[in-house]
Amino acid sequence: MEILVCVKRVPATGGRIVLTPDGQEIDTRYLGFTVSPHEECAVEEAVRIVEAQGGSSAVLTLGPVATEEQLRDAMAVGIDRAILLETDGREFDPVATAAAIVETIRAQEATHGPFDLLLFGNEAADTGDFQVGIRVAVALDRPIVTGIKSLTVLDGTIVARREAPGGGWETYELPLPAVVSVKEGLNLPRYPSVPGRLRAKRKEIERFAPAWSQAGPLKLGLRLPEEQGAQVEILGRGPNAAPAVVDLLVRIGVLAS
Amino acid sequence: MSRILVFVEHTAGEAERLSLEALVLAGSLTAATGGAVEAILVGPGAAEAGIGLGVHGVRTAHVVADDRLGSYAPAAWAAAIAELIEARSPVAVIAGGSDRGNEVLAHVAARTGRPMAANVVDVSVGDPWRLTRQRWAGSLLEDAQFDADVHLLTVAPHVIPVDESAVGPVGAPAIAISPYAPTVRDRDLVGRVTGREAPDVGAISLAEAKVVVGGGRGVGSAEAFATLEELAGLLGGAVGGSRVVTSAGWRPHSDQIGQTGLRIAPDLYVACGISGAIQHIVGCKAAKRILAINTDPDSPIMGVADYAVIGDLHQVVPAITAEIRRRAAGRPPRPTMEVTRSTPPGREPG
Repeated sequence: MEILVCVKRVPATGGRIVLTPDGQEIDTRYLGFTVSPHEECAVEEAVRIVEAQGGSSAVLTLGPVATEEQLRDAMAVGIDRAILLETDGREFDPVATAAAIVETIRAQEATHGPFDLLLFGNEAADTGDFQVGIRVAVALDRPIVTGIKSLTVLDGTIVARREAPGGGWETYELPLPAVVSVKEGLNLPRYPSVPGRLRAKRKEIERFAPAWSQAGPLKLGLRLPEEQGAQVEILGRGPNAAPAVVDLLVRIGVLAS
Repeated sequence: MSRILVFVEHTAGEAERLSLEALVLAGSLTAATGGAVEAILVGPGAAEAGIGLGVHGVRTAHVVADDRLGSYAPAAWAAAIAELIEARSPVAVIAGGSDRGNEVLAHVAARTGRPMAANVVDVSVGDPWRLTRQRWAGSLLEDAQFDADVHLLTVAPHVIPVDESAVGPVGAPAIAISPYAPTVRDRDLVGRVTGREAPDVGAISLAEAKVVVGGGRGVGSAEAFATLEELAGLLGGAVGGSRVVTSAGWRPHSDQIGQTGLRIAPDLYVACGISGAIQHIVGCKAAKRILAINTDPDSPIMGVADYAVIGDLHQVVPAITAEIRRRAAGRPPRPTMEVTRSTPPGREPG
């Protein structure tokens, strides 16, 4: 199995988001960086499939030079090689991102042979566009399933499951080569080992510089949503608050009086 | 005429809530531009669900009549929408912010070579259109310019209010159901649902529960969720958790509330031992009311909660369930020793 995983570097926002003074970016001076939990699962799944079935895996990202960090993180847990589509820091919209990925996949396949499986996260943690994986699949004329939380690779096909609307699960079966976008919950990603980190540090990263273009929504600026401003009403402290809580449950109609 | 097409998802002959949100946005845009809202529905029960859309401002419902599209097949459903775009020349196609809404519209965008804006919360029609969309699942808003011949949008879930008791204007024309058979290539049917597993019988869906009891790091273990289950059971609700809880394996991932899990909108969300990282808040802030139970009065969850109990959930939650059971049994408050002895635990109903 030859697998390519696509990831995106995003700031690790935990508490409050702070914007730069011009409102164009998140102020990342005090933040670390990561990839979305969905993509951590995509990386883990690629490593597991190659461990079980042989073959090799590659990780691809588009971002500024610092994005090397996320490629090395992926190689530290077992991805074999990495490709960086290096930008000058400008944001690529989903149309431009997908176009750059498609061009790179075509070039990689011409050199290294075809990928059996392309893995994406279901949506990027930051922009949440829900479309890069689908655009890549359609451009390459390969079938895609999205939102996948369980994946089984058989000989020449995959069986993938996702949560169905209204509960339960739905199953898809696709012939390879195929594209799969996954969700957190697919697996429990491993932590990198120290030898894994050292190995990843020494590896070469292939670099390309895709052309920036703009077709999607053009960002004018970012802002924080207005606080709801509701003052919290303290019903009490400790178990003694129980009668006040039950009074509230009755008052708002979730419990019959 | 600036027609707007809305992809309406439906179950058992009823439109899904997130699709109604898309119809509300479409209606507000056509009110400004003077166009009409048309719906497209695919799959079993489509015509029945289409008839019910009249009260939501829809005048024409295009119903796909092709059995091959009866099972969900995003590329094929998108092909049907793409063909309708050609036939009807809408200024926009809007879908709800569901997995399927985002997926089908992304397929439409990819196959017709158009941009798409996901998670939109506000649109201003002009030249070009301006819109506001969510980033970080709603922790951040982006104002953007959106230039396209057909504007493909999905609507961020649980932001746009829907009047579920909506009644159509008096004398409004009846809705026209317009069946059509799109051209579908076999290739577009490769990615389709081939099997289904029903949810557990009697299980209350977390996505649809009116009351959700959520647990966070403070719950401490999988076993300790039993008290949350008990409270949820008494309230006819469901139990969920933060990412900490599902990553630790205390609950299955399908119970995760937050950016990488579910975004819920219950009448009441009870957040137990949850500090309130932004990734969790975006999953629960559409709740009508939030009750936080937390030892830390300064935790971020207090910033979005309407009500709070400051205390340890391991004591507070059992006290609440005991109080609910006590009232259900009709016992007076502050029971005397005699009353307590005469009704031992486990005897009361429920």
